[in-house]
Order: sequence, then structure tokens, then C-alpha cells
Amino acid sequence: MTVRIQREDFDVGAEIARLSAGRTDVGAVASFTGICRDDGIAAMTLEHYPGMAEAEIERHVEEARSRWPLIGVTVIHRHGRMVPGDNIVLVATASSHREAAFAAAEFLMDYLKTRAPFWKKEERAGSAGWIEARHADTAAAARWGGRKPEAAE
Amino acid sequence: MKLLYFAWVRERIGKPEEEIDPPANVRTVAELVAWLSGRGEEYAYAFENAKVIRAAIDRNHVKPDTQIAGAREIAFFPPMTGG
Repeated sequence: MTVRIQREDFDVGAEIARLSAGRTDVGAVASFTGICRDDGIAAMTLEHYPGMAEAEIERHVEEARSRWPLIGVTVIHRHGRMVPGDNIVLVATASSHREAAFAAAEFLMDYLKTRAPFWKKEERAGSAGWIEARHADTAAAARWGGRKPEAAE
Repeated sequence: MKLLYFAWVRERIGKPEEEIDPPANVRTVAELVAWLSGRGEEYAYAFENAKVIRAAIDRNHVKPDTQIAGAREIAFFPPMTGG
């Protein structure tokens, strides 16, 4: 299991290949790559909570391993300033069969969106602002039957 | 205890972290938010819509009614937008 929070870019192909390298029991690798999209932004900056970001993602990876028979999991999340076209996040899962690989990757992404301590700030022409959380992301995480994000009173 | 602030909570308060020593009657996360809000207009601004603020104690998400006794590090931040 690999969890990395880093400023540097990552090599999607190399990370996926590593999950099945040197072994013959992997029958399926599913991956999701989140990419900085140009919808009028010049750049975005991802802030994170060092220490908790790793811990929270590792908790979700353990939860995924308890739900599905996974052989390997890789989660890489970048922080810092990114421009359209840059990689932001990679979730890759390896299993004997595709159902577990697909489901675990989707589960991990849904939880990353709503519970991993990262915040995106967009830079547009002449302004900068924090992206607001989307209700659709909270609903997507809720369908897995886990805990909801807590809010203060 | 150490407090950490992230994203617009950090920007509104004007610092990323600080050491605090709240009075003994501040027992829960919600009570800590209320106490901080009374410390100055930057705190009142950061916590003006307290129900959207998330909190973590020692790097675990917690609810507003969680006791803060024994906490080494408490963080406040907006809803997360990573991924």
C-alpha cells in the first residue's frame, strides 16, 4: 500500500505498472487520475494539512482493504500550485478481479473528496477564491454507508 | 494546546497556528469555537457561520460536542475540496 502527499508530479504509467510488477496474482488494476481542468482558471493552489492528510487517506485505504480483497493500493495527492493539464491525484487499485478494483477506486475517490484535508483555491483573471464543497460529492461519499463529515455547531 | 487553521479560516484569522490556554469552562469543540469567536473580530469573522466549520483533534475528524480535554492539536477548516 502506497500513500504519498507530494508537491512533485507523478508518472501515472509507472505507478500503475508497479502494482502488478513481479507478480502473477493481479488480474485487474483500476485507476483514476484527477487533472486540473481549464474552466477559465489560470491556476489552482492546493493547501493541505500535513500529517492528517496522510493519516486520513491511510484510514480510508484500510477501510477499502476491509471491504474488498485488494492486492495493492496506490494513492498520490499533490499539493501546491497547479495549472490546467497538471495531474492532481491518482488512485490505483489492484485485485484478482475487476469488481473489487473498480469499487475500491471509486470508494477511495469519493472519500478523498469529502474527508481528506485538502482545499483548492482558484486563480482567475484578477481574482482568487476558495472552491466551495459540492453537495454531489457529499452524496457520493454517503452512498458507501460510512460516516458523514462532522460540522461544528 | 496548539490550534491550526487552514484555507479561508486561516486567511480570516490571519495566522496558520497558535498556542492557546482556554479557561476550564471551555470543554467541547463547540465551546472552543464560541470562546475563540469572542477573542476579536478576525475570529468572529472566521467562525461567523460556525456550522460549516470542520474540526479535527490530533488529526482525526471530530464532532462539535467532542471533549477537548487532553487534545494536543486542534485544527479548524472549511469543508474539504481535494481530490
